[in-house]
Amino acid sequence: MTFRKTTLLAALLSATALSAQAADFRFALESDPDILDPDQSRTFVGRIVYTSLCDKLVDITPDLEIIPQLATGWSWNEAGTQLTMQLREDAVFHDGTPFDAEAVAANIERSQTMEESRRKSEVASIIGTEVLGSHEIRIDLGQPDATLLAQFADRAGMMVSPTAAAEAGADFGLMPVCSGPYKFEERISQDRIVLSKFADHYDADAYGFDTVTFLPIPDDTVRLANLQSGDVDMINRLAATDLARIEADPEIEVAQAISLGYQGVTFNVGNGEAADNPWGTDARLRRAFELTLDRNAINQVVFEGASAAGNQPFPPNSPWYDSAVPMPERDIEAAKALLAEAGYPDGIALEVQVPNRPVSMQLMQVVQSMAAEAGIDITLNAKEFATMLADQSAGAYVASQVGWSGRVDPDGNIHQFVTTEGGINDSGFSHPEVDAALDAARTSSDIAARKEGYDAARKILNEEAPLVYIYHDTWIWAMADDITGFTPYPDGMLRLAGVTKSE
Amino acid sequence: MLSFLMRRAVIALPTVILISIFVFGLQKLLPGDPVLAMAGEERDPEVIEYLREKYRLNDPVPVQYLTWIKGVATGDLGMSLRTNQPVTELIGQKLPVTIQLAVMALIFAVVIGVPAGILSAVKKGTITDYVANVVALSGLSIPNFWLGIMLILLVAVNWQILPASGYVPPGEDLWLSIKTMLMPAFVLGTALAATLMRHTRSAMLGVLKSDYVRTARAKGLVERRVILKHAFRNALTPIVTLTALLFGELIAGAVLTEQIFTIPGFGKLVVDAVFNRDYAVVQGIVLVTAVGFIVMNILADAAYFILNPRLRKQ
Repeated sequence: MTFRKTTLLAALLSATALSAQAADFRFALESDPDILDPDQSRTFVGRIVYTSLCDKLVDITPDLEIIPQLATGWSWNEAGTQLTMQLREDAVFHDGTPFDAEAVAANIERSQTMEESRRKSEVASIIGTEVLGSHEIRIDLGQPDATLLAQFADRAGMMVSPTAAAEAGADFGLMPVCSGPYKFEERISQDRIVLSKFADHYDADAYGFDTVTFLPIPDDTVRLANLQSGDVDMINRLAATDLARIEADPEIEVAQAISLGYQGVTFNVGNGEAADNPWGTDARLRRAFELTLDRNAINQVVFEGASAAGNQPFPPNSPWYDSAVPMPERDIEAAKALLAEAGYPDGIALEVQVPNRPVSMQLMQVVQSMAAEAGIDITLNAKEFATMLADQSAGAYVASQVGWSGRVDPDGNIHQFVTTEGGINDSGFSHPEVDAALDAARTSSDIAARKEGYDAARKILNEEAPLVYIYHDTWIWAMADDITGFTPYPDGMLRLAGVTKSE
Repeated sequence: MLSFLMRRAVIALPTVILISIFVFGLQKLLPGDPVLAMAGEERDPEVIEYLREKYRLNDPVPVQYLTWIKGVATGDLGMSLRTNQPVTELIGQKLPVTIQLAVMALIFAVVIGVPAGILSAVKKGTITDYVANVVALSGLSIPNFWLGIMLILLVAVNWQILPASGYVPPGEDLWLSIKTMLMPAFVLGTALAATLMRHTRSAMLGVLKSDYVRTARAKGLVERRVILKHAFRNALTPIVTLTALLFGELIAGAVLTEQIFTIPGFGKLVVDAVFNRDYAVVQGIVLVTAVGFIVMNILADAAYFILNPRLRKQ
């Protein structure tokens, strides 16, 4: 009898222990997010935390279609200058403030007017809002803006509690209050961010964990070791070089998605005096450089085949990819001919600045040896990232190995980099036809017309080659085999609806 | 002794001021723009200008320094550009973590280093001495990051007996806190243990040759008593000083160890701050560390007084 009782007790205890364990989901990030205020935030990893913490007006599908989240429906006026949105009536902020049209208006105003706001450029097309009913709002634009819905699928669309925001001001990020499925519990900077389940969320049943803990673990090996030792349930950004080994591990599952971003080499063609060099003035040299690249070989050597080779700001599987301009085959003879035509039959030197990260260095070392075969003598100038960014922005460079994390709307991957007034046009590239085509593409709501704009710009950009795209990162997640229901998204976010831990 | 300590503190003041100027100036020489690092991928010019104004980065460097040092004098070390938290608050959060790591590492260092040093001095020239020396030398030569990763793979991944990384405050769960800190403390402690072992050994060798040790032996005292009571006690003075001075090495080692084991301490704070050009945080940390180092030096001098009665009479 006693034995039976003890066994029963033990079984009961272990069952409670298991369920208690199953209720916490521990996720390892590659770095520590910055301030947790959607309007002030600037890091990629911060957005991963927001996906559980802050619901957005709209969301995306894995195929990048815009779908309802806090907005249940929307419509544009004929001119594309008025967006009317119907809002959820069952959503509430973590502090009990109801979510309604007034809250949306307050959020848009905050993104636009708060001094610390990093969202100003994303919502710059909005000139005003009109609350039409308790759960209906009209957003007025100065000119048509095809990118706005995609912005609302990211930080600009994240709704914070107007009550909490008014009280906390710029310190909102220390105690963020949104309306997502999980609410903020505590943060120890560089150590962890803990969220707990928000029982009043309209879709609370879809979320299986009582708490979610985000742990920044920058070292790839240590992050993976934490997964293998069972200290975390899932990790972000498994190193491509670990992929083959981990796929063979029966206790670990892997999920992948090609990212929205790109990596490549940017040439300084018009940013200050440093642009006045053969590489900046003669597009033939830049095209010759591109012809020396074997992108698929780079993918195999540096990423063991885990990234996606590409030659445009959009990956080849994107609907915005221009198939009329496919990835060129490596052609050393053609590259040599172009060099000779440009007046450098004996080759030419090129200095490229590279962030001092192992992957970027490996990538550029492979590129270096490929280009050498055509007579392009590349010197790599490894710089710590903040230094490189400053030099690049100031135009103190000839060529630079940089990338972009990617945006849902195609405009976010191209417009600001190659238009004359573009905010991040470090290349200093300027071409009236490219400006016109990309401006038209961002204001049209017709998808076919937009694609035409991007394709038109691509033809010129391909000839001019101010940016030579090389590959698109793949997001790789690794998780314990008891985690089920995870869907990889190209935006690299962690959506926890339907994710469970089985025991 | 009090007047001695006061005198030392006054002498240290110009050093602190020099350090503050040095750190401030050196940071301004660093390439890279803090505001660009802060502005985000989009680098909105409006945001950039606002941040420059807010953190007074448009002022001439000497003015910036004076503004900062004026704050320091009133206990305000400025605000972190990255997280918007006051630097004093950040340091207050991180310092206890690193102190826990340092204390545990020091325990490892002393427990391993001192007995090994005594043993190898007493058994000089024997196989024990050689083994202890080889171990000490490997402790010094094996890089922290390699040892750290190897330990994680062995202890956390293969044996699964300790957490792989991270930090748990002692107030939350004391046992788990100690368990989590064991591996990093060991890694940090081994290099110091080697230094301690070498110094203990040479101090002991010097003392063991002295007359009073021969006398003690001649009196017929048991060997253990001769070594621990007569020899070791006299060898202790340089060892204590060294241990206090190892504080600097501990902080330096903590930078790397915290990075490997993802411990949210001082070292990790400073590394992240440097990479983000978070000037105020770097300045604050270097200043606090420098003051800490000076205090440890003064304490080491004070320890001389206590351990060596002859000094008190001077």
